[in-house]
Amino acid sequence: MSTSPAVLSQETHEIASDSDVVRVRQSVRNLAIDAKLSLVDQTKLVTAASELARNTLVHGGGGRVTVEMVTAGARRGVRAVFSDHGPGIADIALALTDGWTTGTGLGLGLSGARRLVDEFDLVSDPGSGTQVRVVKWTR
Amino acid sequence: MDRIPVLRIGDILLVSVQVDLQDDTALALQEDLAERIVETGAHGVLIDISGLEIVDSFIGRMISTIASVSAVLDATTVVVGMRPAVAITLVELGLSLDGVSTALDVDRGLALLGGLRPSGGLARSDAAEDAATDPGE
Repeated sequence: MSTSPAVLSQETHEIASDSDVVRVRQSVRNLAIDAKLSLVDQTKLVTAASELARNTLVHGGGGRVTVEMVTAGARRGVRAVFSDHGPGIADIALALTDGWTTGTGLGLGLSGARRLVDEFDLVSDPGSGTQVRVVKWTR
Repeated sequence: MDRIPVLRIGDILLVSVQVDLQDDTALALQEDLAERIVETGAHGVLIDISGLEIVDSFIGRMISTIASVSAVLDATTVVVGMRPAVAITLVELGLSLDGVSTALDVDRGLALLGGLRPSGGLARSDAAEDAATDPGE
């Protein structure tokens, strides 16, 4: 994580509707296949991306995601950065707790997504939005 | 938005999800199934998810809700065809699909539901639990 990985390809998608969430899943899946992630790792990453895209839509009021294939040394990976300009998260530690929910879900979206990826960073300021960055690497 | 077809076979409703499931499609399916159970008096609901590449927390919750609503309407739900990678991811995500019976494929799911019919002589919840805890060891 100290040296920033090289970016091999990049695409950006708006997240403004349910169908965009599906489109994000497909985009992440395609890059994960290109990066040669294992089937289980593909599935984990796509599931995490689905949770985060839905968060962007539901809690962030919509936003965008940048999906990239990256490389560092011999490894390849897929990085996805979700950003919105919603109300932000006041208590990030609390939001990352299993079972903590705003009332509409199971409270597993954010905490579950973190478990499914290799790198997870969340930056949020109340009032200025939220940015979540995840990476899944080949083994 | 796509609508997932609900097929009736005897007293079982069969749903095969073959599209990448959008949230509003999942919600519509939940409502359609509840209506069809009441309309047809079905005693079993078989949901084939072999076409699903992922089950995230929203889809997982939909499956649990369908099972709960079906139970209230006197029908048992069995989910079949989950892909291995999906199962691994579900567990890591933290979803347990409480109260949902599963079988490996449609055949076994139908057999499970067949054994649950009133004429089959098996108590419904007992049989469902047996099957759910017996992944073919």
